[in-house]
Amino acid sequence: MTEQTPLRKSSLISDQEAENITRVEELAYEIKVQEVMTPNPITMTASMKMQEVLEQFRVARISGAPIVEEGQLIGIISIEDLIRCLIKSDLEAEIQKYMTRNPFTVKGDDPVVEALKMFVSTKVGRLPVVNKEGLLIGILTKGDITRGLLKALQQDYQTEEVRRYRASHLFEDIESERTSLILRYNIKAGDFTHGGEASSKIKRALSRMGASPQIARRCGIATYEAEMNLIIHTTEGGVIRVEIEPHQISIDVYDSGPGIKDVELAMKPGYSTASEKVRELGFGAGMGLVNISRCVDIMKLESVWGKGTRLRMKIFLKKEDTVGEGHAAKSLEEKR
Amino acid sequence: MKLNEIVQKLNGKVLNSKINLEIEVKGAGGADLMSDVLASIQPQAILLTGLCNPQVVRTAMMADVLAIVLVRGKTPPAETVQLAENERIPLISTPFGMFEACGILYQAGLSCLEKPVSDQDCFAG
Repeated sequence: MTEQTPLRKSSLISDQEAENITRVEELAYEIKVQEVMTPNPITMTASMKMQEVLEQFRVARISGAPIVEEGQLIGIISIEDLIRCLIKSDLEAEIQKYMTRNPFTVKGDDPVVEALKMFVSTKVGRLPVVNKEGLLIGILTKGDITRGLLKALQQDYQTEEVRRYRASHLFEDIESERTSLILRYNIKAGDFTHGGEASSKIKRALSRMGASPQIARRCGIATYEAEMNLIIHTTEGGVIRVEIEPHQISIDVYDSGPGIKDVELAMKPGYSTASEKVRELGFGAGMGLVNISRCVDIMKLESVWGKGTRLRMKIFLKKEDTVGEGHAAKSLEEKR
Repeated sequence: MKLNEIVQKLNGKVLNSKINLEIEVKGAGGADLMSDVLASIQPQAILLTGLCNPQVVRTAMMADVLAIVLVRGKTPPAETVQLAENERIPLISTPFGMFEACGILYQAGLSCLEKPVSDQDCFAG
């Protein structure tokens, strides 16, 4: 969160709400129709009497049914059709007189969002679901979608909560004089495609352990610049080692060459030895080490030309930023 | 301002699918130098840039950028789109140049979320 208040703000929605909306919408793209539909629905044939429709609807408490002839979907009968029939007192008529022929259908492996679009554009109450061969496999109502999304959302939430819970309580159950968690990442020289992957993982791990967004961001930016340095400048790549303790995060980035000729010069903003190719990637403007120093509390750069470089950084955590000691403890403290 | 309004104003093309355009954007920043983005952009901003490589997406993740707008009608390589898709960061291409795209959004009332970066607070050793 930024402390700067934007000049013009019109939204009333909180970040938490916005996050949830996003996830539902994402789920609508991820979940397939066949995962939320009612499978093996009650079907009828065109030659059955409307009287039977009435009975079936009443007994099974449904409001619509697909009409099938030799496995092929030929129509759909709904409670609206039944009402039309009742108005005319025509219950002896066959279904084919009142059913809707060639109804709109959705495919089982379509994402739910496709079905939602169809509900909006056609205004129908239910959609028969067919497989690739066009055979009926289920029926879908808007209620099915809502139930399916809610279930998925709940599962989703629980999985991430469990992950977060496990990670954030990591230090609580282990007794030692000093407990720490160490993450190690090997970074290949010249591997621009994966540049930033390790830093993303570090940032995510910290968030799961309950670090504040500010701390996760500072760590992410510092390790990202260091990771890019390993990719850009080293001959054989290097290692990022992150040690997480409840009171501090220590990041150690080291490589075996070629080393920095003039460390003091390297620390100067704007000084760079990077190639044109690296500059095209948006790096190599001589701001990396400067950026790192802005994000961390302590930074130490040692290098021997021909041997290698070691960059050590520390971020101190204030009590409210403490990681790995549980959300529960934290929220209790907030309440006090 | 909602992200989909921004897409509209910039005549933009959304390049990835599993994203939400209804999110509220607090402001924006424009830069081609990723180190400058990391140093100066504030969280929850959108980033306007002329760079198209996957590092743009990585940078956005590190700096808590909400969405990336590629200016001058550039089409990014497949790796960039894939990474943006995986990390669920909206990737938008606009035919406008950097100057014009920034101008349009600024005029429409979007705030600046770039803080000045001075060289004073660097330290060595």
